[in-house]
Amino acid sequence: MIANSWLIPVLPALAFAVIAIFTHRFRALSALLSIGTMLVCFLISCGILLETLAKAPADRTVSIPFTWLQIPPWTANVGVLIDPLSVNMLLVVTLVSLLVQIYSWGYMHDDERFATYYSYLSLFTSSMLILVVSTNYLQIFVGWELVGLCSYLLIGFWYFKPEAAEACKKAFIVNRVGDMGFLMGVITIGMYFQTFDFAQVQDLVTKGIASGAFDKSSHYIAGIAILLFCGAVGKSAQFPLHVWLPDAMEGPTPVSALIHAATMVAAGVYMVARTFTLFSADPLSMTVVAYCGGFTAFFAASIAITQDDIKRILAYSTLSQLGYMIMALGVGGYTSGMFHLTTHACFKALLFLGAGSVIHGVHGQDIWKMGGLWNKMKITAATFLVANLAISGIPPFAGFFSKDAILDAVKESAIPGHEILYYTALFTAFLTAFYMFRLFFVVFTGKPRDHHAYEHAHESPVTMWGPLVLLAGLSICVGWLNWPGLDYYSKFVYFGEPHLEGGASSFGQLLTQAWSSLLVAILGITLSALFYWKPVFSADKVATTFRPIFLLLKNKYYVDEFYGWMVKKFVFGFATVCTWFDDNIVDDGMVDGSGWVTQKMGNLLRLTQTGYVQNYALVIFGAVAVIYLMVSF
Amino acid sequence: MNTVPIVHFLYLSIMLFGIGLFGVLVRKNAISVLMGVELMLNAVNINFLTFAKYWNWSSLTGTVFVVFVITIAAAEAAVALAIVISIYRSLRSANVDEAHYLKG
Repeated sequence: MIANSWLIPVLPALAFAVIAIFTHRFRALSALLSIGTMLVCFLISCGILLETLAKAPADRTVSIPFTWLQIPPWTANVGVLIDPLSVNMLLVVTLVSLLVQIYSWGYMHDDERFATYYSYLSLFTSSMLILVVSTNYLQIFVGWELVGLCSYLLIGFWYFKPEAAEACKKAFIVNRVGDMGFLMGVITIGMYFQTFDFAQVQDLVTKGIASGAFDKSSHYIAGIAILLFCGAVGKSAQFPLHVWLPDAMEGPTPVSALIHAATMVAAGVYMVARTFTLFSADPLSMTVVAYCGGFTAFFAASIAITQDDIKRILAYSTLSQLGYMIMALGVGGYTSGMFHLTTHACFKALLFLGAGSVIHGVHGQDIWKMGGLWNKMKITAATFLVANLAISGIPPFAGFFSKDAILDAVKESAIPGHEILYYTALFTAFLTAFYMFRLFFVVFTGKPRDHHAYEHAHESPVTMWGPLVLLAGLSICVGWLNWPGLDYYSKFVYFGEPHLEGGASSFGQLLTQAWSSLLVAILGITLSALFYWKPVFSADKVATTFRPIFLLLKNKYYVDEFYGWMVKKFVFGFATVCTWFDDNIVDDGMVDGSGWVTQKMGNLLRLTQTGYVQNYALVIFGAVAVIYLMVSF
Repeated sequence: MNTVPIVHFLYLSIMLFGIGLFGVLVRKNAISVLMGVELMLNAVNINFLTFAKYWNWSSLTGTVFVVFVITIAAAEAAVALAIVISIYRSLRSANVDEAHYLKG
């Protein structure tokens, strides 16, 4: 299976080409082609997992490089790198993509550009898989840009909606800012290490640290790591480049589930984990990563409390959970970060697909027009509840294990001020439980608020609830991979040395250790129930009492407005200067000037063309005389 | 013959060349200009023969070259006269100053 692993990114790319060129007129055929190739990819990934598991831990890394370009001293390879980390990502990406594609059959069935939609999904999956299996920084950059392109295409899938057209542009442009840093990081790596290969760079860094060749005080490695991290900040939507993700919700909901919750936005986390040696070489880069993640986790969670759009709440929740993962990476808990990525992919995809099911039923996204949907959409509601429990960190659901591992890693980390980070993370866990159950109670319980929508609501077709049930099963079980005492996951995906998070040896011991995170989760759910399920407190009253804070959160800390103001003030100002320069210096000065000079020179040269043949003869004679003089003296 | 020094031939040649050049640069009639050219060519011929005689009479290079020059000069005169006739037909004049259509 591993020998055939190159098929995994190639097959969806072929499916994209075939759909785009040949079968785009046949809706069902195109969709089946896309789903079929994804199924094959998933099965190959499973085969690779089994084969990798059968090997001894030391031999689990297999690299199959092909030479692409040779520009001495650099060699650019494309290839497939199979190790536990990429196997983990392969399974997540192919599984979620498969389920989302099946789900889309029901969700997108009435759309005119059904086949195009599937071709884009195939292209996206192919790009994401190129990114996942890359063996070097150049290939990961290619995949990185390709997923950005697919994200752009799919956010703007309904391009005739002005909001969607604007959102896709915004996503692309904001990502450009981060990607520039990433590209600069890649170039710096090429210059400094003379290679782009992950394994070689890792080797050089390890040796350099061991021999003391790296001058710690110059923070050169930290600089490279932070440049790479800029890419992760853009792609994984961390503060301050988080602004594109909530707007990306204008795309079709299954796309949000696949790209903007489970896979593409996790690419940043994956990239940092993939290059962890560079990051852990210097405490400075680790601190930057940890604080960026921790701040985003809290920042996004606080915004999520006040939002009204079902998908936007989930988008801010995604931001917050990605912040958790980044923070875990920053404190050195790579395994816990990747584990949270895996569990989060399951329950966040489930949440988005559930939200899609609700939107499909009631044709709207405002949670204040829903309510009481539990009676109408039992399966959707039940699976949504499972995902909510998972994301809130209630045992034995998946989120509990991964989130607790992260909190544990933060608590025990050595970076400066980790206590602040720990309490922020804990408070964020409380907020997460609160806003997720706020969403649940408002949408599924209580009295219907909009009777027309309520009458219309119905359970979705089996192609939609099937993936929901499957993902719900995963959202319960995936966490058990790291069941205390067994720790299958930590023994499989690890960085350097296996590090068993928490160190609890039984489930009971883990529960006692994790009492604080459990307590805040239950507190969040209870408070949410008291506000929105059995209203003991009034949310409106709280909002009016703390009106400035409420407005601040409701308007997302005015970050968008700040960026808008900054663009108007500085970018447009700079553009005016540039226009003046272009009009006056470039156009009038240089372009017209060069023409003017040529014309005048021509006028001067015309004087030599007298047309009198004897003048020419005189010049010839004079020239011969001059040459004679020059030669003889 | 041997008593005449080489410089006398060269004086003759340079005077002939000067007269020819003067004709080419100053005369306005195209035919006169051509005659000037012929004088210059013949001045060169005298030079060739002089050096051939005083340097190595047994080598035929200089002499043969003169034959070539005379031949080419004849051909050149034919072409040049044809051009002059053609100019005369269009301008009704053989004045070289009037044929200045290539003025820049």
